[in-house]
Amino acid sequence: MSTVRILGLFNDFDLASYALREVRDAYLPALNRDDITIKSPIEHPDVEELLGYRPAPIRRYTLIGSLLGGILGFLFLASSQGNFFAQQKGGKPIIPFPPDIVLTYEMLILGGVYITVLGFLISAGLPARMKSELYNTKISEDQIGVLVKSDARTIAEIKKIFEKHLAISITEEVIE
Amino acid sequence: MEEKDIRDDIAWAQINVDVLRSIEKPRLSFWLLFCFAGCLFLIGVACEVYQWRKGLGVANFDNPHVWGLYIASFIFWIGMSHSGTLLSAILHIIHADWRKPIYRFAEAMTTFSLMTAGLFVMVHLGRLWKFYYSLPYPNERWTWPNFQSPLLWDAMAIFTYLTSSILFLYVGAIPDFAICRDNATGWRKHFYSWLSLGWMGTDRQWRNFRVTYLTIACFLIPLAVSVHSIVASDFAMSQQPGWHVTSFPPYFVAGALYSGCAAIITLFIVLRHTFRFEEYMTLPILDKIGRLTFVIAMVWTYLNFVEYASVWYGDDMYAKDLLIQKATGPYSPFWWTMNFCGSVIPFLLISKTIRGNLTAMMIISLLLNLGMWLERWMIVAPTFSHGYYPWTMDHNQWPSFVQWGMVLGSFGWFGLLFMLFCKLVPSVSMYEVKEMVYHRTLAQKKYAREA
Repeated sequence: MSTVRILGLFNDFDLASYALREVRDAYLPALNRDDITIKSPIEHPDVEELLGYRPAPIRRYTLIGSLLGGILGFLFLASSQGNFFAQQKGGKPIIPFPPDIVLTYEMLILGGVYITVLGFLISAGLPARMKSELYNTKISEDQIGVLVKSDARTIAEIKKIFEKHLAISITEEVIE
Repeated sequence: MEEKDIRDDIAWAQINVDVLRSIEKPRLSFWLLFCFAGCLFLIGVACEVYQWRKGLGVANFDNPHVWGLYIASFIFWIGMSHSGTLLSAILHIIHADWRKPIYRFAEAMTTFSLMTAGLFVMVHLGRLWKFYYSLPYPNERWTWPNFQSPLLWDAMAIFTYLTSSILFLYVGAIPDFAICRDNATGWRKHFYSWLSLGWMGTDRQWRNFRVTYLTIACFLIPLAVSVHSIVASDFAMSQQPGWHVTSFPPYFVAGALYSGCAAIITLFIVLRHTFRFEEYMTLPILDKIGRLTFVIAMVWTYLNFVEYASVWYGDDMYAKDLLIQKATGPYSPFWWTMNFCGSVIPFLLISKTIRGNLTAMMIISLLLNLGMWLERWMIVAPTFSHGYYPWTMDHNQWPSFVQWGMVLGSFGWFGLLFMLFCKLVPSVSMYEVKEMVYHRTLAQKKYAREA
């Protein structure tokens, strides 16, 4: 059976939530919860309750980035001081820890921020191809979109639910 | 009953319409200010070209006066950059949602202030074409970077702060770029499509966006503190009278937050008028910034007096002599003006009537920033005029027109960048204002139900 995508647009979060709850409680056998996406102008306040917990692994990237930034930063400094930039220190250490900690701290933050942003792009699926997904410009304005991907029979059921909950517009697309 | 920061009944679609219309058709005053900034910038460019051709002598630099207005302005612009961190990161973490309509331009201020500050580092070197001598890479010139010097820490800290601020500004604006993309035509559509990275407002994107924004905000706060502490170390780690002060790092951080807040008030009023943002940059929000500025002004005043007291009651006769010179010598008019503008003028902000008067707030914010700029000059110049060696004592120097021209040019450069940004990027965050309206409406409904 062919796979179909359907995008229902709702006037507010309440209507979208009612529709989503009914879709969820209908126990449609072919519907996977991961195939439901909410598209909204601001983050849906009850998204976890409706779709269940979905992870945001950004903090792992942050931890790795910070550690890498700090460690590589210190190694970079220490190896530079020990090789290219070794100076006459009059008995003082070639690799002085207190001032190097300042620079290591800056590089820790630098690594943390850069890798966090990289992690954001990877985790959020950005950059994304707009043409590959159903979208409506009203979503960035004031309407809430509910996008579901499933087989044609299930989508027909979902369409009825969307209509029942006063969806402003419903768009369907056969993808395979 | 307390006035609302923003109307609760603004429709979401209306927010898009208002902000996007204002970007496309600002008032005539926008273009007048843009031209004015352009003229100032050209003055700066002319002075730099003259200095390039003739050498640093035309700036009236001599030994020991080798920093002058350039480094004073460098500290001033670094200080201004703290506004974005304060308004965006700190207030974001403590959930002060009144920041939402105004944080975007404060973040932009951070970025452009840092860019302006960076220019002064290069300008004060004189021979710009040999700037690469100062970069730390293995070379055959035997010019070794000193990793123990705060000047090198400065370069690293500012680079980190600048790039992190740009990322913070950019990431926070992605949902708004998507709104612009969905409403634009022609070249603007391509421009915003490229910037929005295909943002579609999916739950996955929002979820990751929230965590990322909060994480970068958490990084930016210690980073901002470290940047200005390091700038303070440029002075405090030397042995010069007037600079070797333990309280310099917190004093610099407080001064930075102070000048940043004052600049936010100035630009708040300018943007409110030129882009017709009366609905979003409201008087209750200005009132809150005014109160915040007063609190920070008092912290700065306290730290200022701590510095005076520790010098006065300390055992360093050179530092004490310098303090007396500041109060009675040739720089005294500027020193007293600094103290008056920085510590006395803020008391006007106690009055609610004044906090609600745009003209008064504009004048006060300009005076506060004048005070903060003078503060930086009074840190740099008097110490050079009253050093340890006999030939540096009472060696007063008045900056030449080239130095003044560069300072004006820096305001022009900042103004040009900032206004260009405001013309291309929504300076009111549309999605955050929608959130603000939505959550306040929800709270009202809940309150009504409970009542």
